[in-house]
Amino acid sequence: MLRTIYIMWLRELKKFLRSRSRIVGALGQPILFLLALGYGLGNVSQGAGKGSYLQFLVPGVICMAIIFTSIFNGMQIIWDSQFGFLKETLVAPVSRVAIMLGRTFGGASVATAQGCIVFALTLLFGFEPHSWALVIPAVLVMFLAASMFSALGITVASFVTDMQGFQLVMNFLVMPMFFLSGALYPLTNIPPLLRALASIDPLSYGVDGVRTLLIHTSYFGIATDVTVLSAIAITFLGVGSYRFARLEF
Amino acid sequence: MTNIIEVKDLKKTFGRLEAVKGISLSVEQGTTFGFLGPNGAGKSTTIKMLTTLLRPTSGRILIDGNDPITHPDAVRRSFGIVFQDPSLDDDLAAWENMELHGALYGVTRKTRLARIDELLKFVDLDDRRRSYVREFSGGMKRRLEIARGLLHHPKIIFLDEPTLGLDPQTRNHMWEYLGRLNESDGITVFFTTHYMDEADRNADTIAIIDHGCIVASGTGEELKRHTGKESLEDASLELTGRDIRQESASGLEHLRRMRRARGG
Repeated sequence: MLRTIYIMWLRELKKFLRSRSRIVGALGQPILFLLALGYGLGNVSQGAGKGSYLQFLVPGVICMAIIFTSIFNGMQIIWDSQFGFLKETLVAPVSRVAIMLGRTFGGASVATAQGCIVFALTLLFGFEPHSWALVIPAVLVMFLAASMFSALGITVASFVTDMQGFQLVMNFLVMPMFFLSGALYPLTNIPPLLRALASIDPLSYGVDGVRTLLIHTSYFGIATDVTVLSAIAITFLGVGSYRFARLEF
Repeated sequence: MTNIIEVKDLKKTFGRLEAVKGISLSVEQGTTFGFLGPNGAGKSTTIKMLTTLLRPTSGRILIDGNDPITHPDAVRRSFGIVFQDPSLDDDLAAWENMELHGALYGVTRKTRLARIDELLKFVDLDDRRRSYVREFSGGMKRRLEIARGLLHHPKIIFLDEPTLGLDPQTRNHMWEYLGRLNESDGITVFFTTHYMDEADRNADTIAIIDHGCIVASGTGEELKRHTGKESLEDASLELTGRDIRQESASGLEHLRRMRRARGG
């Protein structure tokens, strides 16, 4: 079981390290957000007398890179098991759950690596973490969020089978989760409806966790963040494995 | 004379659609078995049930003496498969695809390396072992998939339309490999195809399936004699009729089209 998980995990990392174009391609969007919002909106928030907006925005942009990469990775797993390489693993004498877990954690590691690259990039934009020692726990929270969204991607993709469904997920799940999460604005002093939505959005806890560790500003508190993220990750991994193990082709 | 594949009253229904309606067939060890029929007749559904990908609604299957439902892993170890859609990892080199397969099947490292060498030579891909699969042509991919499917010394190899989209040269080449393998290792070959001449030339026994039922089985000669036709193509048309079959545009078909559009 562990051997299979390891084999599948290693394969994802190998593929990632080889595909420079994919690494660079995934950085376009975060850079755009940093430039347009970090510098553009930065003026507005400085005018309003709050600290640097760029500092505030960086954890949100890191989480953006993570949620997009992980959800697509999760959905890719289902795709891959119908037509791609994963189909060959489904007839191998190994546990399907191990296949799915290895692939999920591999994808989550890749998403975390993307998040780290974005982090390194933000340093060039002038970002300063509150404490360098807390960067490592921040990376762990990133990995936790990445595992959760990969598992969510699998679960969702096991229900949708075509392009329309894919667009639907994008517009009604990924985008709202991102914009309502507090990645772009603080959750304090927002209308109660928005706050309620943010509190049921799993990404909010990822953003808050990373933000707490990187710039020492917290909304839910790190203990709540990690607990909620872990609970949702375990739930989705459970549902995802259940669905995946019963996939029929 | 033992039957390595034994199927009895096998049924599969999807909702109200009866895809396979209680078929029985047996394949003798070491023979080549051709499974023919029009689109949507139930060929792929049957292969999927034989290879543990799909649970039968009812009926019984024995693959090398094991039931795919109760002993899936024993069944999985006994066969290799080449799917209708390519299932290689395009971002890995040819030998890495083999290596991964060997590791998943628990083949020890030493045996694995020797076997990879041997099989890549066998399908004439030895000089391309370090190339990424995405640089391969359709025929090369198919050959690599055959080599990969054989890595763990299976007793049966399933091929779902293995020559679809290949030029006649590559097709002949592929059958030459399979024939050699069948002779030297006594491996049982179970394949589906649309090309009747291919089945006639290569299969020891043939079964024709239509609308989920087996309408005829026997050797190519027997089928021709039975229908009084010159070629297997005519015999098959005689048995299954001339209507063009409608395959519903299912979710699966959508995905397949998407994949093609992406150049997969």
